[in-house]
Amino acid sequence: MDWGQIFTFTAESAFGTQAMYFAIAAIGLNIHFGYTGLLNFGHAGFMTCGAYGLAIPLAGGEIWGFEWGQQAMWKGVLIGLIAAGIFGLLLGIPTLRLRADYLAIVTIASAEILRIVVRATSLRGLTGGSNGINGFTTSFQNARPSFLDDGFLGYSSRQSWVLMLGWIFVLFAVGFTYLLIHSPWGRVVKAVREDEDAARALGKNAYSVKMQSLVLGGLFGAIGGMFFVLAQGSVQPTPQDFGTPKTFFIWVAVILGGTARLWGPVIGSIMFSGLLAFTDTSLREAVRADYIPDSILDGVQVGQMRFILLGLGLMLLMVFRPQGIFGDKRELALDAR
Amino acid sequence: MSRFTELKAVDPAILDNVPQEAGSAKPDAILTATGITRRFGGLVAVDVNHLEVQRGLITALIGPNGAGKTTFFNLITGFDAPDEGSWTFEGKPMGALAPHKVARQGMVRTFQLTKALSKITVIENMKLGAPSQSGENFFKALLHPLWRDQEKDIEEKADALLERFKLNHMREEFAGTLSGGQRKLLEMARALMTDPKLIMLDEPMAGVNPALTQSLLEHVKSLRDEGRTVIFVEHDMDVVRDVSDWVVVMAEGGIIAEGPHSAIGENKAVVDAYLGTTHDTALVFNEETTAKIDSAKIDSAKIADTAVTTEIEDPQ
Ligand SMILES: Nc1ncnc2c1ncn2[C@@H]1O[C@H](COP(=O)(O)OP(=O)(O)O)[C@@H](O)[C@H]1O
Ligand SMILES: [Mg+2]
Repeated sequence: MDWGQIFTFTAESAFGTQAMYFAIAAIGLNIHFGYTGLLNFGHAGFMTCGAYGLAIPLAGGEIWGFEWGQQAMWKGVLIGLIAAGIFGLLLGIPTLRLRADYLAIVTIASAEILRIVVRATSLRGLTGGSNGINGFTTSFQNARPSFLDDGFLGYSSRQSWVLMLGWIFVLFAVGFTYLLIHSPWGRVVKAVREDEDAARALGKNAYSVKMQSLVLGGLFGAIGGMFFVLAQGSVQPTPQDFGTPKTFFIWVAVILGGTARLWGPVIGSIMFSGLLAFTDTSLREAVRADYIPDSILDGVQVGQMRFILLGLGLMLLMVFRPQGIFGDKRELALDAR
Repeated sequence: MSRFTELKAVDPAILDNVPQEAGSAKPDAILTATGITRRFGGLVAVDVNHLEVQRGLITALIGPNGAGKTTFFNLITGFDAPDEGSWTFEGKPMGALAPHKVARQGMVRTFQLTKALSKITVIENMKLGAPSQSGENFFKALLHPLWRDQEKDIEEKADALLERFKLNHMREEFAGTLSGGQRKLLEMARALMTDPKLIMLDEPMAGVNPALTQSLLEHVKSLRDEGRTVIFVEHDMDVVRDVSDWVVVMAEGGIIAEGPHSAIGENKAVVDAYLGTTHDTALVFNEETTAKIDSAKIDSAKIADTAVTTEIEDPQ
């Protein structure tokens, strides 16, 4: 077993691109679920908005007689954010006056509809259909400062540029969330989570504040999607990238870290990526060194096995630390009363 | 220019010449409801012809369980919509206003099933109640200096109320850790943070430890001294006798009697509603003579009520 390699790979993943864009998206989901109590099961839909909103203007293209060249980065970011904002409004308008579970149903369906729509053949000029969009990161990479030309801490130069901006954004997002949650706005949001009618009876517009939270968290989801495709260098409308599995992995990150905790989603994302990489490499090493005979597990099966182990780990977490890593046990005890 | 300054105490004697009958007009009504009906399928839960509530005094709303008291509260405060009817608060028509807008007009209610916001501390629960907070605006929320001063004022007010309600020692605790009675106190104190003109309390004493009941009653009375109008639902006739200036009796959705508590106990319709039609003693609100009969009768009515409540999840 090469422990050095296992450690390096785990550490690299824990602070790598996946952890970074998960953290951003998870901060958004934590605003939804942790602070406001909104059951958003379509976070991948917000990420889709951000990813395509960014990639389409940047890549240039042609559809139905319209043609556009490669656009400036800021336009892509703006379009992605607007798309996510509209997506949030569309989800919220019919559901936020209803019981919480309606939002859950509508989000899960809408995110999937969105992913299927963007891969439609008739939209190939716009979204690239099932091929997705490639080669839109040139201008972004051209803007890379030269001190990153040789990469950083083992990350390639391209990666380290995305990572640097991404982690800076994570810090910004945490600070932003802190300011909001510790304000009277945050108080209303939490009150709505606890009991909407109580908030209403005190003159708070629960519908409006839920809408604001849905859109805000959605914008973070969209930005997570942007960093994701900037790091990946392409947009692919696959279930792993923009489908329900992605949504649920982000949920895992939020719950791992502890809901309604400022750093919860960040720590959760780091742990999620780190643990996944750790189980992957250590199993692979164990198989290669024949600690685990091929008859039990071979190298190909390791990919699935790590998710099984991760699931097991999550179960243990829920049994022994149901409030998540950062959660407050006192709060959880109140649920039972 | 707070709403607080407009309030002034009203002398209960103002009701002396008001006819003691359902739907009677009041000298200065803060709330007037007319023709309010609410049906749930075939069941007529509320059917109120006319009700006026005198400003600045304490009106008790009594009636057997299922009489429609909570539903009536829900209708008036915008949490439910009537099939028919209209009502005015401070002369302004109120139908179809969303609950939060009703509250902003100065009409604030509490709930029969207490709604303490469990995972929020007591002091934050209180601060939530304060009206017109600029920091509740999303953009201003990000800029602490824009709401810092207001927050300080709110906190002072909240602390004063917590002190008055003897909850100050629980200030930093999660509201979910409070006892049932303390939650009732918190809910009432929180409602007062809004500076209401009219406060509607749905069974504020239910489940409250008898030691706390007395202090809750004192709080209710002090609201009248401040010039606030109080409507409260209560089953305990001793309590009703102690604090109310006027009693409104509901049964089967309608208002069957009104009057000072001294007159209500002898009212035949009321006794029928509480005890069924086969009986021969009057409900007595007079302390010396028949306190025993009184509490025995009403207790049995109360027990019947409790039995019903435990069966049916309260539909508010
Ligand atoms: N949401 C609802 N759906 C169906 N029936 C209801 C609903 N709310 C109240 N009711 C019925 O309306 C009647 C009045 O109830 P309620 O207002 O709670 O009475 P009270 O508060 O006087 O005890 C009861 O018969 C109750 O079962
Ligand atoms: Mg009731």
